[in-house]
Amino acid sequence: MRCVLPRLSAWLLVLPLFLFSAGTFVVPIALMLVRSVQDPEFATAFPQTAVELRRWDGQGLPGRAAMGHFIAELRTARGTERLSFAANRLNADTSGFRSLLLRTTRMLATVEEGDPAEMLARIDPRWAEPATWAAMRRAAGPFTDYFLLAALDLQRADHGALISVPADRAVFVGVFLRTLWVSGLVTLLCLLLGYPLAYLLASLPSKYANPLLILVLIPFWTSVLVRTTAWIVLLQRDGLVNTLLCQIGLIEQPLALIYNRTGVVIAMVHVLLPLMILPLYSVMKGIGRAPMLAAMSLGARPAEAFLRVYLPQSAAGVGAGCLLVFISALGYYVTPELIGGGGDQMISSFIAFFTNRTTNWGMAGALSLILLLATGLLYIAYARLSRGMRLAR
Amino acid sequence: MIIALAKRAIGALALAAGLVAGTASARDLTVVGWGGSSQAAQQKVYYRPFTEQTGIPMLEDSWSGGLGILRARVQAGNPTWDVVQVEADELQIGCDEGLYERLDWAALGGREAFIREAVSDCGVGAVVWSVGLAYDGSRLRDTPASWADFWDLQRFPGKRTLRRGPKYTLEIALMSDGVPASEVYRVLRTPAGVDRAFRRLDQIRNNVVWWTAGAQPGQLLASGEVAMAAAYTSRMFAARRDDNRDFRVVWKGSIYAVDHWVVLRGSPNRDKALRLIQFMTRPEHQSRFPGLSFQGATNLQAARQADPTVATSLPTHPDNLAVAIPLDVDFWVDNIEELTQRFNAWAAR
Amino acid sequence: MRMPLAAADRVLRWGLLALCVAVLGFLILPVLAVIPLSFNAGSFLTYPLAGFSARWYLDFFTSPRWLPALSNSVFIGAFATVIATVLGTAAALGLDRMGGLPRQVLSALFLMPVVVPVVVIGSSLYGLFAALGLTASYIGLILAHALLGAPFVVITVTATLSGFDRGLLRAALSLGATPIEAFRRVTLPLILPGIVSGAIFAFATSFDEIVVTLFLASPQQRTLPLQMFDGVREQISPTITAAATLLFLISMLLVGVVELLRRRTERLRIPGSTVT
Repeated sequence: MRCVLPRLSAWLLVLPLFLFSAGTFVVPIALMLVRSVQDPEFATAFPQTAVELRRWDGQGLPGRAAMGHFIAELRTARGTERLSFAANRLNADTSGFRSLLLRTTRMLATVEEGDPAEMLARIDPRWAEPATWAAMRRAAGPFTDYFLLAALDLQRADHGALISVPADRAVFVGVFLRTLWVSGLVTLLCLLLGYPLAYLLASLPSKYANPLLILVLIPFWTSVLVRTTAWIVLLQRDGLVNTLLCQIGLIEQPLALIYNRTGVVIAMVHVLLPLMILPLYSVMKGIGRAPMLAAMSLGARPAEAFLRVYLPQSAAGVGAGCLLVFISALGYYVTPELIGGGGDQMISSFIAFFTNRTTNWGMAGALSLILLLATGLLYIAYARLSRGMRLAR
Repeated sequence: MIIALAKRAIGALALAAGLVAGTASARDLTVVGWGGSSQAAQQKVYYRPFTEQTGIPMLEDSWSGGLGILRARVQAGNPTWDVVQVEADELQIGCDEGLYERLDWAALGGREAFIREAVSDCGVGAVVWSVGLAYDGSRLRDTPASWADFWDLQRFPGKRTLRRGPKYTLEIALMSDGVPASEVYRVLRTPAGVDRAFRRLDQIRNNVVWWTAGAQPGQLLASGEVAMAAAYTSRMFAARRDDNRDFRVVWKGSIYAVDHWVVLRGSPNRDKALRLIQFMTRPEHQSRFPGLSFQGATNLQAARQADPTVATSLPTHPDNLAVAIPLDVDFWVDNIEELTQRFNAWAAR
Repeated sequence: MRMPLAAADRVLRWGLLALCVAVLGFLILPVLAVIPLSFNAGSFLTYPLAGFSARWYLDFFTSPRWLPALSNSVFIGAFATVIATVLGTAAALGLDRMGGLPRQVLSALFLMPVVVPVVVIGSSLYGLFAALGLTASYIGLILAHALLGAPFVVITVTATLSGFDRGLLRAALSLGATPIEAFRRVTLPLILPGIVSGAIFAFATSFDEIVVTLFLASPQQRTLPLQMFDGVREQISPTITAAATLLFLISMLLVGVVELLRRRTERLRIPGSTVT
């Protein structure tokens, strides 16, 4: 009885946050990911047609039954919002589909009855093309790989094979690579700038280290917006940096430091540097000065002692800092959005675009899924590495 | 002590939750515009007089477009916005989707009282605005005369700013490449035409700063960050009057369009919203608007009664209309998705 | 034992020192450089200053945009902090009594909001809340901010609990206290610094939160960071620098409080117990 009671109380204490996390964190993300593979709009407006199209093999044109159902459902859906949603969905696949669908609905009243295929072809020649029906088949749902493929710049051809999206529409792979590249660059710079500072802070006595640590903590606690605003003010064409450099005489024309990659990298390094320094500092504080002193007393030169004794011991801190900075940079939104130019948008910007401006849950979910996968893989890699290092020691 | 504190906190939380839930249903009439000088003019000419005259309190807000935002609000069933000023393509698609309430045209004075583009089932035209070439007269020595000069980096060195997106940007690119105004959309409907527009944009891509909010071009011109802008003409004239800036507009090749007032479906303030729209489209009120906002009126009588001193600064002046092109709403409704995708791909390279 | 330092080593040492000074400057100067601009009498954001004036602060406190934004931030932050602290403390106490796999899995779950990109959280919450009608509402924002702040409370309270001596609790129980009394009079006062610093972390997180707020807030709930975001986009008037300076001062205050609490915790820690 005594042994069970503590366990029960433990579960009860954990329950509120568990439910809260489930409701506001796990469930919404799961929902969004599910939406990235759902394709309900067409099937909602044209249920029977969708069934027929799914049965169709995609060759030539679908049969009379499918077209007959389609015409009947067009008539009942006229003027409803589900028709508009279906039209939007098809328009996202093939430009011009929206007006085609709505026009066809309107003109059905004026065309005389007869063979469905002929009726449709008389309204618009596009109904006699296999590509039109193939687009509807792709949207027939209920599940689809359309969004996931689009997030990787792939699509399905009319006959179902996987092909690349035309080069002038391919954007996401490039953006992912750019996000990885910028995050990697920022992480590397943070490491190069942060490691010496962390080492200095860890080796100074508390009396001197603490005030300096405050200088690191203050930007860490300052709002991202404040820091980004500061950089915009500084990097402008006639901002502080350019003015100073001109006055010293280093440059003649103001440098383009803002609304481009340079500004984004500078600002992101500034924002994320404390995230690198703090874990490094806490690990280095644990190492202390003993190992270096021991190595040097055994005859090693300072540089050698550092490389062969200190650096490996600080690897855990390096790993933690790099992981934190890299993951933060991957999902970063504010700084690239405010300081970047057209070619500097990162993946977060597109997720926001599809959520806010177009409510395209399919694309938002697909892009989020890939971002989450990248984050998850990095985390697992780090866990494996750190476990491996701990075992090796 | 801690327990007492916690109890008090929970009590306050419950009270606040009650307050919030309470105020949600007794919400004031909320009208949403596009911000900046035009919304400031709307406040002076419409919102404050409306509240004074009818005693109905109002809340104001601003947005930068995006049908997705309206969809999310209506979908939940209790939108927190009532009257929204939307662009023409948002009107058309939103109306089909049932996002807006239908309007009673008899109460507004009949469809014949308005310009043709302002009439539709779900919305009434609010303003006529345009996007044109703008520059700071005190900074440029030469005078640009057309979009071709926008591309002339030799004669007019410095950066440019364009709206981030295919709308207007592609039309401007084609016009700069020599396509006559009347042919722009015909060319744009062909794949070769779209390619041509993007190739033209490639020529200045490294010198372009992209704007997303209407106030940005003015900011960029004022700080000298850019030498020329594709900007809302109304904001440029407002900056001349309010900030003493020597901004100038080239009307040739400008693109004009009509924005519409709509009422979001499911709004609890539906009747008040319709009264507000009625107020805002009456000639005696709308006629005061162009003089303050530098945007054209949609009510025919209001346009006739508007302040004559600003007539030449309005998009609706016959001289300006003669050299401008109307935005082709149908084209954009059909192609906005694909061309936005293509634009994003192009800009991201 | 003294070793003669080779010239190269000395150069390296001084070079690294110079680098450290430069990095410290890089960290702190940009934020400090903006502060004087908020006192600029002129309306341009460039040095040299046109004169000293507090007009931008006056503008901040009288403007119909900034003051409601500040009060929104405080209001939402306060409630989000309460929820996050209560849930997080309870969870940390519960986790402390568990072990093994359940503890690891639950810990990972509770800490995940910190690791997952905020854009994804914002987008998914928007999707759910739009269907529930919780977008553009105070409740929705408070819940979202609480979600983002709770992990910090869990972290700090767990850290404090790790230095907590169970023996004290057993002693109290053996002297006849009920479990609840023992908790209230023994455990709670000792872990209070951890709770409070976690609450401060949660408040700071909520106060500075921008991404999720961008998705969920309507103009009525505009918070201070959101107002600054819009302001940066539309018009970088010096009022923004005044707002930035005020935010900065608040951050300094929070840092100070957390630092004081940390020192107090160290003093209370049982010597010999594991240091986190």
